[in-house]
Amino acid sequence: MTLEYTQARWNTDDEGYEPLLAEKNEETVDTDDVPLPDDLKRDSLTLPELSEPELARHYTRLSQMNYGVDSGPYPLGSCTMKYNPKFTEDVAALSSAGVHPDRSPGSVQGTLELLARLEEQLGRIGGMDAVTLQPPAGAAGEFVGILIAKAYHESRDDERTEVVIPDAAHGTNFASAALGGYDVVELPSGEDGRVDLDALEAALSEETAALMLTNPNTLGLFEREIEEIAGMVHDVGGLLYYDGANLNALLGRARPGDMGFDVMHYNVHKTFATPHGGGGPGAGPVGVVEELAEFLPSPHVRGGDSGYELFEPESTIGKVHGFMGNWLVLIKAYAYIARLGDGGLADASAKAVLNANYLGSRIEYEVPYSPFHHEFVASAGEQDAADVAKRMLDYGVHPPTTKWPELVGEALMTEPTEIENRRSLDQLAAAFNAVASEDRAAVETAPERTTAGRIDQTEAARNLRLSWQSLDDSS
Amino acid sequence: MMTRHSRGSPFAPHTDGETAAMLEAVGAESIEDLFDIPEPIRFDGEFGIEPRSEREIRTEMRALLGRNDDLTEFLGRGHYDHYVPSLVDHLADRSEFLTSYTQYQPEITQGFLQVLFEYQSMLVELTGLEVANCSMYDAATALGEAATLADRVRETSGSTVLVPELLREERRSVLENYTEGAGLTVETYPYEDANADREALADLASEGTVMIYAESPTVRGTVEEGLGAIADIAHDEDALFVLGSDPVALSVLEEPANVGADVVIGDAATLGLGTSYGMGLGLFATREGFVRQVPGRLVGASTDSAGERAYTLTLQTREQHIRRERATSNICTNQAWVALRTAIHAASLGPSGLVDLASDCLEAPAELADRLDDIVGVQAPVHDRHHFREFVARTDQPAEAVRETLEEYGFAVHAIDDHLVQVCVTETNRKKADALVTAFREAAK
Repeated sequence: MTLEYTQARWNTDDEGYEPLLAEKNEETVDTDDVPLPDDLKRDSLTLPELSEPELARHYTRLSQMNYGVDSGPYPLGSCTMKYNPKFTEDVAALSSAGVHPDRSPGSVQGTLELLARLEEQLGRIGGMDAVTLQPPAGAAGEFVGILIAKAYHESRDDERTEVVIPDAAHGTNFASAALGGYDVVELPSGEDGRVDLDALEAALSEETAALMLTNPNTLGLFEREIEEIAGMVHDVGGLLYYDGANLNALLGRARPGDMGFDVMHYNVHKTFATPHGGGGPGAGPVGVVEELAEFLPSPHVRGGDSGYELFEPESTIGKVHGFMGNWLVLIKAYAYIARLGDGGLADASAKAVLNANYLGSRIEYEVPYSPFHHEFVASAGEQDAADVAKRMLDYGVHPPTTKWPELVGEALMTEPTEIENRRSLDQLAAAFNAVASEDRAAVETAPERTTAGRIDQTEAARNLRLSWQSLDDSS
Repeated sequence: MMTRHSRGSPFAPHTDGETAAMLEAVGAESIEDLFDIPEPIRFDGEFGIEPRSEREIRTEMRALLGRNDDLTEFLGRGHYDHYVPSLVDHLADRSEFLTSYTQYQPEITQGFLQVLFEYQSMLVELTGLEVANCSMYDAATALGEAATLADRVRETSGSTVLVPELLREERRSVLENYTEGAGLTVETYPYEDANADREALADLASEGTVMIYAESPTVRGTVEEGLGAIADIAHDEDALFVLGSDPVALSVLEEPANVGADVVIGDAATLGLGTSYGMGLGLFATREGFVRQVPGRLVGASTDSAGERAYTLTLQTREQHIRRERATSNICTNQAWVALRTAIHAASLGPSGLVDLASDCLEAPAELADRLDDIVGVQAPVHDRHHFREFVARTDQPAEAVRETLEEYGFAVHAIDDHLVQVCVTETNRKKADALVTAFREAAK
């Protein structure tokens, strides 16, 4: 029951699959009438000049050459690509939502109350005592967590140099720790795909500022010894950081705060179904236990006798965004959480875990690690995982994340989320299984039903053409 | 009445029968059996969040956000409101764009890749630099990334970043957080009449300087007049010259590449997003020579198996998912959809529309400042410069009192010092300028 699928294309002879704006029309305008002296202004500006109907057609065509969750299954492991309810867009578009960030607190009580409510709800969902909404993405949240850990240790005159991260962790964990000035100590996974307590013992020391962990981990496995892990980290004076990328597996069943985590980020664009927008904007709120609340970014919201106000936490790390973060994403997260409520949030996790297990049981590729929760990592075995992914595109589904984590050879990291029904999962499994049984040639030359055929990545990197201006310079 | 979804997620499509059949297929008796969570840490409490219908939530949100006062904003200082054409909302909200993620599979995401390639191209034209990435979070984080880039590319060691004394404190705070890990310190150079004091800057710059940052327009809305000289000061010390601006201003200002900028940062969401309580789109452009040190994502042109031009993310070996702690940045999710909005808005204006808009941004503040200057107790503008969108006025009354009175009349302006207020005027509030002048007359008494 694989799907017949062909993606849109508007092929021209020499301008790719839809001409660039600049290839359709360009104009040069001079700046003679601009009220500035010549030495401060440019002579002219050259950009595309197109009518509204031309633009409507251009971007509509481009949208049809793009695949989203609304197009079909998108089981991109760790990215939690859920259906985005449409009404949240309308709520975010309310004119009263679009205020300037420098408005006086007294004049934006509605905005501040919504922020305060969302902070409180996220705190309850994660088991955290205080939450900041400022980080504009998950990795920005990680960075805030690192800065808070640093500020915490420094406040105790206890400067530490290392952050411990499992080898299978998200790459952002490593980069965020490094951006904060820490050395990364990589923690090898145990044979069962989980944290090996002996290896952890060896990695931890008086230099450990924090251990960054996600639970379930990137293999979808729950770290059952999390209480021991937390104890070991705390015993050396370190903090335990929770990467919220996999929180969708836990809603209503377990909370990072209860497991011993001190600081965590939430990916509201994942867990709470706010659109991923082709790679953002997201939002990465950070929750902390009481002891760390004084270090949260500034400003912070609180309710008082005369309404909601902004204040600077006592030992704040300062700011990680110029203003208050990605507000429109936060509104959508609030609306989504309101739509689901307690029961819906718990059900989302239940169905996400059921779906992953069902899909995992239907595919013919081996899944070496279990029991898994919301995602599993299959192995493409003799096939190249990247080739498998390209061939899956031909069956009208987005493929899983490939080649990571490296614990599984030729990894296919698959996360169907709760939004697929049985029929859709069967179709997804059929796509996996069709590719599994195909011969090498069909897989290696895929895809053939997408807008573009397989794209030469090496050429893109070797012969850099990063703008339409650079296209003229090369053959 | 109990409906199918009364207790569950309305977006999980399973019927009870389906759930039962799927459980049977996986060999589990209940969904709870699939959760491998030790008993002591199982959560059995409640969040206390009542589920509501779409209609209820829309009503609730209208009421909640309706508590915001309906003020006409004359606010700027790095964040601006321009009219966003309906075209932008309708095209950007197409769900193939909105509900996709980063283009890890380029063959099936050519549409978004081309949009981002076109966005990069427009920034290349506006800055005169060869390389623009396809987004950062906002101007403040882009400034932080510029400093870490400067630290990486500088051939000799150095530890200082020089920024204007009038830099928004929020931007400075973000910059400090980004640079602390690299061991850099942020120091300020003075302004004179809201432009860089170049003599003082030259004295402060040394071989320990990694980067000099300037803005044009400045945070006070003045056009910086000594950019070329600032670039020379930076380059004499082998430091990078980083310029902060935005796409509307760059439509008429001298190309940054021509005045010696090595990096241009700023907020590109001046087109496409509106005020959005401070959401932004970090602009980041630089010279070709630094391309392997660029933070964030880059879209490049290549060819596909049919020999046709096609687009893909490129130079991913700089990025965190490959390079991990040695990546040029930790950025993963960025602001791609805002870049899409900005690109559509810029394309809808075209070069003539952009130059007209920018010309209005030069004329409107001059005109409004003249009128405020006629009021007894107000001196405007304070700075004898060319103004872009905004200007600073001195009031005999305390600035905070003026701001409060204006708010009572329905207007929001900045109070930036004891007797200084700042006023930003664009096409979205220009028609209310008469009323603002009237209110100012009362407030200044």
